[in-house]
Parts: sequence; structure tokens; C-alpha cells
Amino acid sequence: MIDTILTNLAMIIATTLMYSTPLVFTSLGGVISENSGVINIGLEGMMVIGAFIGAALGYFIGNPWLAFIGAGVAGGLFGLLHAFACVTFGANQIVSGIAINFLGPGIALFLSRIFFEGATMTKSISLDNKMPRPLNGIFPEGSLLNIIFDNQYATVYLALIMVFLFWFFLYKTKYGLRLISVGEHPTAADTLGINVMKIRYFAVIMSGVFAGFGGAAMSLAIVSNFRPTLISGHGFIALAAMIFGKWKPQGALLACLLFGGSQGLAVFLGQFDFEISSQLISMLPYVITIVVLIGFVGKSAAPSADGIPYEKEHKN
Amino acid sequence: MGYKNATRSLTKVIEMKNITKKFGDFVALDSVNLDIFKGKVHALLGENGAGKSTLMNILYGLYYSTSGEIFINGEKVNITNPNIAIEHGIGMVHQHFMLIKPFTVAQNIILGREPISKMSVLNMKKALKDVKEISERYGLYVDPNAKIEDISVSMQQRVEILKALYRGAEILILDEPTAVLTPQEIIELIQIIKNLTKEGKSIILISHKLKEIKEAADFCMIIRRGKHIDTVVVSETTEEELASKMVGREVSFVVDKKDKKAGDEIFSIKDLVVKDNRNIITVDKLNLSVKKGEILGLAGIDGNGQTELLEAITGLRKIESGEIKINGNDITNKTPFQIINNKIAHIPEDRQKRGLVLDFDISENTILENYYKKPFSKKGILQYNNINVYANELIDKFDIRPKKASKMARTLSGGNQQKVIVAREITNDPDLLIAAQPTRGLDVGAIEFVHKSLIEQRDNEKAVLLISFELDEVMNVSDRIAVIYEGKIVGIVDAKDAEVEKLGLMMAGGGNK
Ligand SMILES: Nc1ncnc2c1ncn2[C@@H]1O[C@H](COP(=O)(O)OP(=O)(O)OP(=O)(O)O)[C@@H](O)[C@H]1O
Ligand SMILES: [Mg+2]
Repeated sequence: MIDTILTNLAMIIATTLMYSTPLVFTSLGGVISENSGVINIGLEGMMVIGAFIGAALGYFIGNPWLAFIGAGVAGGLFGLLHAFACVTFGANQIVSGIAINFLGPGIALFLSRIFFEGATMTKSISLDNKMPRPLNGIFPEGSLLNIIFDNQYATVYLALIMVFLFWFFLYKTKYGLRLISVGEHPTAADTLGINVMKIRYFAVIMSGVFAGFGGAAMSLAIVSNFRPTLISGHGFIALAAMIFGKWKPQGALLACLLFGGSQGLAVFLGQFDFEISSQLISMLPYVITIVVLIGFVGKSAAPSADGIPYEKEHKN
Repeated sequence: MGYKNATRSLTKVIEMKNITKKFGDFVALDSVNLDIFKGKVHALLGENGAGKSTLMNILYGLYYSTSGEIFINGEKVNITNPNIAIEHGIGMVHQHFMLIKPFTVAQNIILGREPISKMSVLNMKKALKDVKEISERYGLYVDPNAKIEDISVSMQQRVEILKALYRGAEILILDEPTAVLTPQEIIELIQIIKNLTKEGKSIILISHKLKEIKEAADFCMIIRRGKHIDTVVVSETTEEELASKMVGREVSFVVDKKDKKAGDEIFSIKDLVVKDNRNIITVDKLNLSVKKGEILGLAGIDGNGQTELLEAITGLRKIESGEIKINGNDITNKTPFQIINNKIAHIPEDRQKRGLVLDFDISENTILENYYKKPFSKKGILQYNNINVYANELIDKFDIRPKKASKMARTLSGGNQQKVIVAREITNDPDLLIAAQPTRGLDVGAIEFVHKSLIEQRDNEKAVLLISFELDEVMNVSDRIAVIYEGKIVGIVDAKDAEVEKLGLMMAGGGNK
């Protein structure tokens, strides 16, 4: 009895880790952009392009890491676009983000049709060319650790390391201090000779890079190809996770785990023969998210200048 | 001996030549010259909106001048951003604080010039040590670990000064540094300024307080509406002369006030207990009452519960226990909306945070409390014609400059922002007017006007509660003076019998309890 409970628990933990990973990468992207004062609801579109480029490069090159980096670069280019509109031209950040959310899937489909003989789905990457699984076969067969870690891809561990690195960067380095100051009070930062534009560019580009990673963590690990419905909302969920997490990397991680966990639970419950329709069960993650949002996350603490374009005073 | 002779043998560190600055077609500065000499204190005097802050923002690289040149130590410098100014040893303490609220004091001071161990990793230990060192060296004590949002306005001011000193400023611009300080703190600041000049630093001091200029400055430049009027040697002039040069007419320093008997009690506070942000009791069983037709002055050193008291009365802070009544109605823990409708008006301490919506224009700011009433709104639609008429009336009556109702509050000079608030609150014709530092940042002409307005309220049988760090102001304008110390009223005296020494003693916790 206890054994089955533990086994089931381990299985849920395993799926939680798996499903959270793309969200964690993307959420971190949101954290860095918004802490510098630029709202990025384009995470979804950036994630889609990352997922496509990851899957396509993975198929053609066969090296998952190069494909992963390529996905980051593609996301970063979208970030650059967003920065160009919002930082240089002070465009409305929501509008620019929405544009990117249309652009990402559009370009992904367009390229997919060119390179995959008109198909909207990329060809599957062979198992050997997917992300490696570093702890595969390390723990004894059937042990709980084996259930949890055996099938986890390298992206899972990388995501956790990245959370720590982001936390360290934001709160322990001088560039993190500057980045937060720019998101809180850009004029004050400016009076201290901090280059607001440069920092915001950096943050928004990095945001794209990590959303790209998030997409690739999906298409190179969890599944092995790209299809138009692959991302469907994960970018938005990552955005929401960042907000639950109060704009902090560690908070975003917890929120992503919660979300991944409820997804894991939905998958776990899905294997039983309930009288409930499977559609209702797959609603679970979203319901849990809303309940948590209402019940447990108090006042959110967005950076004061989040979403406000910064214009230097009259330059004649 | 005159300005020319007095400066002949001095070293010129900064020379600003023919500086002109236009905002659109509005000329904020018209070919202004300014010379700064090593080790000297230069005061800048001018009415609200004269262009003082603009001139300093140009020197600090925040604004570009439309035309003109700047020389630092004889070398022409194109100051296109603050970094260049900082590199040339210019530091600036801005009129409106440039602090990151959620950061600590130390983080704010080091920002942009952070001590690091290796690989850009912050060395907070060294930061704390450095901050402690300069704060001790100049006698500017602060708690380096406190968050900015938790410390008082005057503490924030110290942080601003420390920020400039930390960057090794040789020329320090202080834009109205004393507007937010208590008299005691002003004396300390003047001492600090003297210490700094002894070390060869040059100071540019903007102030509306002539007494301070007399005390601290060597030279004083006067500007009026963007034009250079005169530069004088301070020791060779008088306060009266400075004032009339600045305003262009004679200014009266005595508050003209007729004797008057106060009426019935209209506002009362009983056993009020309020906590501050750190959950510490800062207003402690306080009792106070104000009568019709009187101005009650509240004197006290900053941080003795004044801010929390005000926030409690105006519905901005939760009241733990006690009772507040106006006209017999209980307004304890009511919403600000309900409190306003009970005819209480409030000129807040922090004009940018609580007084204005900075991204609204003047006209919108004048109807913040009445926007839903006729004639400003009909069937839920704002009537901009009526709003503009009303705003223009206020602009004329209160001499808000420039006379343009569509100007964004953010782009007004500090003093004119204050005038918008005063105009709005007084025109609402409240039964009780709470005026917290109502003349902060105003020029002498405008101060005269605000004082007159407060007295007018009183003469119309309204009540006024005046909170000010300026003892002079409290003593001249009030009918009775209550002294607050550690969240309690420790004494009430008639303004006629009040003596500075005795009040000072009570404010420091001594004297008759
Ligand atoms: N960014 C801006 N855009 C438009 N007008 C501006 C801007 N900054 C300042 N002004 C205008 O320039 C004039 C000078 O303003 P400034 O702030 O220099 O006055 P000041 O002398 O410092 O006054 P105060 O004593 O009230 O602080 C004012 O009329 C102000 O409205
Ligand atoms: Mg000013």
C-alpha cells in the first residue's frame, strides 16, 4: 500500500519536473524583461519560434545542444525586435507583444512549409539526437529515484541551474542591481549615469533567448518535433507564473512547479477509468492556477516602472 | 566692493555661457551666464518656475541646452549625459528625490559605482563600510540597511547628499535641499556645507529661504522668468533687497493677521493610536481638537508621528483605536472619499506622491476630487470646457506659471506643482483644511499668498490644521500651537505667548508636560 503511494508520488514528481521545465525557462525570460521595466507578453510567440527552430535544427544537424542554442538565438532575434519597438521607439509594449505572438507562429509555419515539403509539422528527431538524459540507468531499476530521474532530460537540470544563476545575477551582482533600478525608477538610474536603453535592450533580448530555450525544451525533449499546437498557451502560463512568483526567479520557479505539478496530476489521473470526462481533468492545471492566484498570492509587486517607456528629456 | 572685485582673485571652476533653453516655443532660460568659484557657495535665487532647476539639469547633463557653452576648469565640455558630469566632479541632489524605493540606503548610494569583489559580484560588506565612512566623515548619519520606503523624507534627503559625496563630487549642486529639513537639520546642513567648502569643494545652493542664503552663501545669482537679473555678494546685501530683486516688487515678511476669537470645536481626535509601516506604534493615544475660525499649528521634529497622524485623519492609514470626529460625525477609518465629503481638505506632505497625478495636466489635477460633480461632469461625461474655465480661474488666482491649463503636472516647476495643490484644496472650501508643509518649495511671494489664503479660511470661520517644520511659519500663522513628541501632544500654547526656546525644548521632549 505505502509502496504504491510512494511509486505514484514519484511518478507525479517526475511528470511535474518534466512539464515545468519549458515554463521555467520562459518564465525566467519574463522575469528579466519585466524587472528592467519592459512588459513582454510576446513570450508565447518567442517560445513558438524557439520550439520550431529547435526541432528543425535538431532534425537537420542532429546535435541537440546546437539546436537548443539556435532556438535561443531565434528567440533573441524576436527579443531584439520587441526591444527595438518598445525601447527605441517607446511603442506600446502590449501591442508589440501581441504582434510578436502573431509573428512567431506565422514565421514558424512559413519556414516549416519551406523546409519540410509543405508540412506544418517537422519530421521527428531520432531518439539518439534528442536531449541527453544524464541520470538514465544510474539508479537501480524500480527504485523511487529511478522513477523520478531516469527519464529526465538535461534541460530539466539546466532549468534549475538557470533559476539559481538568475537569482544570483539579479540580487548579487552589480548588473542585477542596475537592471532592477532601471525597472523601478529609470530617471534615477539615468542621473547616476546608468544607460537605461542599453540595459533594457539586454534584458529584452535575454528574455527572447530564454523563451526560445523554453520552446526548445519542449520540442527537443518532451516531444521530438514541432507542430502548430505544441506551445498553445505555455508562453502565457509562464507569464502568469512570473506574476505569481512576484517577478522573482525563485518565485517563478515555484509557480512553474505548481503548474507543472497540476499538469502532472492531470496526466496521472487520466490513466484511471473515471466517470469524469478527460477534458474536465485536463482543465485541472488551469483551475488550480486560478484558485492559487485568488487565494494565496497576495498583493503582487510589479516593478514600479514596468510597462512605461522611458524617454530622456528634450534633446535639442 | 562689488561682485567683480570680490571674485577677481578666485579660481573659476565652472563657467556657463549664454545658456538658452526652450521647451517647444516656451523659453525657460534666456542667455543666462553663471560662474562658479572654487571653495565658494553660490546661491541661485528666483521665483517658482524661474528656471533654476532647468539650469542645473543642463549642467548635470540631464537636459541639453538649446544653445550656450559650458567650461569646466577652463576646458570646454559637452555634457551630454550625467556620466560626463560625474566624471568632471559634478554631483547633484535633485529637488525631487531620485531614489529607488525598494532598495536599501546603501544600495542606493552605491548604485552605478558599486564596489565589487570579482566578476561583478557586489561586495556589500565594502559598500556598508564605505557608506558608514562617508556618513561619519560628514556627520550625515543614516541606517545603511534601512529601505528607502521606510525612512522619512529628511533621511532620504541625507541619502541624496551622500550619493553625491560617494561619487567624489567636487562641485555639489543642491536643489532646494532644505525645503524638506527641520530647522535643526538646516543648521546641521549649513555646517556640512561649510565643512565641504573648507575642503575646497564648490557648492551651488538653490533655496527660497533668504535667511539660509544669508547664512551659507558667498554669492547669489538672481533669475526671474529665465533671465539673469543680477549677481551680488551676499555679505553686502539684505534679505529685503534680495527678495525685491527676485520678485520685482516689495515683499512683506510680516504676516498680516487680525485678532480673532475662535468659535466652537469642530474637529476632535480622541485617544488615537496608529502604527507605522514597521508596525510600531507612532501615534500614541493622541488627543487634539480644532475650533472654528482658528489655525492650529502642529510643531514637532520630523518623525514624531506627524505623517502617520495625517494619514490616519485623511483615511490613508488604518487606525488601531481611538476616534476622529468632524461636525459631530465619526470619520474613524472611513475612506478618503467619505472623509473628503465630510469637508476635510488635505494639502499633503509629499506633493508628487499624494498631491498630483503627474501625467495629468493642470486642469485635470484641479478637479481630482470633484470630477463627478456638476458642472465638471454631466451624466457621467466630463465637461472639458467647464473644467478648463475652472482651471484657468485657479491659475489666475493662484498665479500658477506658466498660465496654461493643458500643461502636464510633471513638467511644472516644483513650486508651481505645489500651487496647483494649494489652489485645488482651498477652493474646495473645506470646514477643516489640513495643510502639511503647505509652503514647501515656494518662493517668498508665493508663501505670502498661501499664508494669506490660510488666514482667509480662518476669517471665514473655517478650521485649519497646519503642520510645518518651519517654526517661524507655525508661530506667525497659527492662533494656537500644539507640540507633538513621540506620538503625543506634549503641550499647547497660545501663539501670542509662544517663545522659540520653549517650543524648541518641548519639541525635543523637555519642557512642560
Ligand atoms: N520637461 C519640461 N517640459 C516642459 N516645460 C518644462 C520642463 N521642465 C521645466 N519646464 C518649465 O520650465 C520652467 C522652469 O522650470 P524650473 O523647474 O527650472 O523652475 P525652478 O526655478 O526650479 O522653480 P521652483 O522653485 O518652483 O523649483 C517652468 O515654467 C517649467 O514649467
Ligand atoms: Mg526647481
